[in-house]
Amino acid sequence: MNICVCVKQIPDPTATQSLDPSTNNLVRAGKLVLDDSDTFGVEMALQLVDSAGGGEVTLVSMAPNGEVSGIRTGLAMGASKGILISDPELAGSDALSTAKVLAAAIKTTEFDLVIAATESTDGYTGTTPVQVAELLGLPSVSFAKKVEIVDGKLKVERQTEAGFDEVISPLPALVTVTAGVVEPRYPSFKGIMSAKSKPVATLTVADLGLSGQVGGANSGQRVVAVRKAEARQAGTIIEDNDDAVGQLVGYLEQLKVI
Amino acid sequence: MSLGKIWVLAEFAEAKPTTTTLELISAASTFADTVEAFAWGEGVAQYQDALGAFGVSKLYDIGSLAGSLPGPKVAAAMAGEISGNTPPDAIFFAASYDGRDAAARLSARLSVGVITNVVNLVSDGSGLSAEHAIFGGEVIVTSKFEGSGPQIFVIRAKSFAPEATRSASCEVASAKVSDLGPTDGAKVTASHAEERSGPKLDEAPVVVSGGRGLGQPDKYQLVEELATLLNGAPGASRAIVDAGWVPYSYQVGQTGKTVKPNLYIAVGISGATQHMVGMKGSKNIVAINKDKEAPIFQVCDFGIVGDASKIVPKLIEAIKTR
Ligand SMILES: Cc1cc2nc3c(=O)[nH]c(=O)nc-3n(C[C@H](O)[C@H](O)[C@H](O)COP(=O)(O)OP(=O)(O)OC[C@H]3O[C@@H](n4cnc5c(N)ncnc54)[C@H](O)[C@@H]3O)c2cc1C
Ligand SMILES: Nc1ncnc2c1ncn2[C@@H]1O[C@H](COP(=O)(O)O)[C@@H](O)[C@H]1O
Repeated sequence: MNICVCVKQIPDPTATQSLDPSTNNLVRAGKLVLDDSDTFGVEMALQLVDSAGGGEVTLVSMAPNGEVSGIRTGLAMGASKGILISDPELAGSDALSTAKVLAAAIKTTEFDLVIAATESTDGYTGTTPVQVAELLGLPSVSFAKKVEIVDGKLKVERQTEAGFDEVISPLPALVTVTAGVVEPRYPSFKGIMSAKSKPVATLTVADLGLSGQVGGANSGQRVVAVRKAEARQAGTIIEDNDDAVGQLVGYLEQLKVI
Repeated sequence: MSLGKIWVLAEFAEAKPTTTTLELISAASTFADTVEAFAWGEGVAQYQDALGAFGVSKLYDIGSLAGSLPGPKVAAAMAGEISGNTPPDAIFFAASYDGRDAAARLSARLSVGVITNVVNLVSDGSGLSAEHAIFGGEVIVTSKFEGSGPQIFVIRAKSFAPEATRSASCEVASAKVSDLGPTDGAKVTASHAEERSGPKLDEAPVVVSGGRGLGQPDKYQLVEELATLLNGAPGASRAIVDAGWVPYSYQVGQTGKTVKPNLYIAVGISGATQHMVGMKGSKNIVAINKDKEAPIFQVCDFGIVGDASKIVPKLIEAIKTR
């Protein structure tokens, strides 16, 4: 069982985020980290390969600036190898452009299953993976909260408005996983050490035969304005004391909810 | 100047169009002369009048999915209608499970971009500009499509009012779906509904949500009890959904429900950007958190810094004995 996991490398979400005022793109300076959302996919892939009794987990990531630290985190968790698609042309890619690049890179591997997160932490378009599936001509199951391989087929519990559906799909297929689908492991010291020597292939847009088709210049959308949202009026904040609950009850009465 | 035509993917639940569907159709009616809808499922033609009342003049009936997931079929039906015809100026999808899938499939099929997480649209004559919120709703980014092809928007719930601004008489046409090959391979074999009582989370006038600060799963009962006392619905942060304390349908936020109640009470919730995106539009916000630096206090109207497991029982008592 060979699995490709799409992993996005993003600026540390706990650091202050900003937009580049000249391009309106998210500032991606500094070290990138593996998106937390994708640690679930990596863990899922490792467990599925494990229960299949063998195979490889390949990480596929697109980043404009040659960054691999996020991929290394996934390798340290146990993935076998990585593919980084890196090219200055890719800056400012929209979701479709990203999907074209990921799909072309995935095609260079042998896979039974592609795993991605339902949405990334920074871009959160939530459309990239299903676009990848369409480009590869694969069935897809999004919003998986449970994933198994049963009799050579993908079996998923997919979240719905009312609860969840059981979905079965032949392989190869693409699945997007939610947080909570599995508990991602922390890389062990041994894992971190061995990750350093695992292969990471770097591809350019030209290597994938996509010159002139992807990247910011070929994304059909543009940010035209950025503004601060209206701030909410600062409220009343009190420390808990004998009277606090009384004051809150007063506030609720004023709103006429009690 | 208004646009010529907008398509909306209509979704239904409990034998009626979802509120978000009506929101999208209402918005489409204000932007375009002609609004048409696509829908899947057994007998959706019966909704022609319900959609017509909001301005839909044609309903493309995809028919029963026979176990397929909607995404590939909806995209194929839309792409099929577009081929050889003048495409609509824009296509609206709800930011729902199936809406996102269908929009993504269609975007890749037509090789046109998609703008997601839209919370507002503005028409400037030549097209629509879309607003979406980033950094937890602190910053609003406006994006526009360049180039040709229908403009695909995935729109969040509660971005527009569901108002019938004009009505139309709605005809039904059956939408052809070409053979989808492997893309249609995933099949639903069973559906499970999670029970919940009381008002719906995204429609309730009061929402009381609990987070990790409750400490233990059984403390969630306090949230439920308070919600019931206020005729509201209980909600949750993702932290406790992932931990399995409550089902996913309780989740408020970016990946969960968008709520805009008259009153939102956040109990033991830090106020992460992804949570705030889903509740910042509430009219009045109350926060109970033991950390006075918690970001939730920056958006609340009334906050108590303290231990939720002490404050909430006292509050419940005080309301009961009024
Ligand atoms: C792509 C993506 C999508 C996401 N989507 C969502 C989403 O839809 N909804 C969502 O909610 N989150 C979402 N998240 C997760 C989000 O980032 C936060 O992790 C989550 O909201 C935190 O939940 P919490 O506030 O309950 O927990 P924490 O952040 O751990 O906060 C717990 C709070 O409780 C307080 N506390 C502790 N003890 C007490 C006590 N005794 N009394 C009172 N207060 C106490 C603490 O001070 C703290 O502020 C998403 C994340 C990502 C990356
Ligand atoms: N640049 C990227 N490199 C690798 N995977 C990506 C990239 N962008 C998106 N993905 C995958 O698609 C998921 C959803 O991303 P998004 O569409 O940005 O919400 C991510 O969690 C990844 O699994």
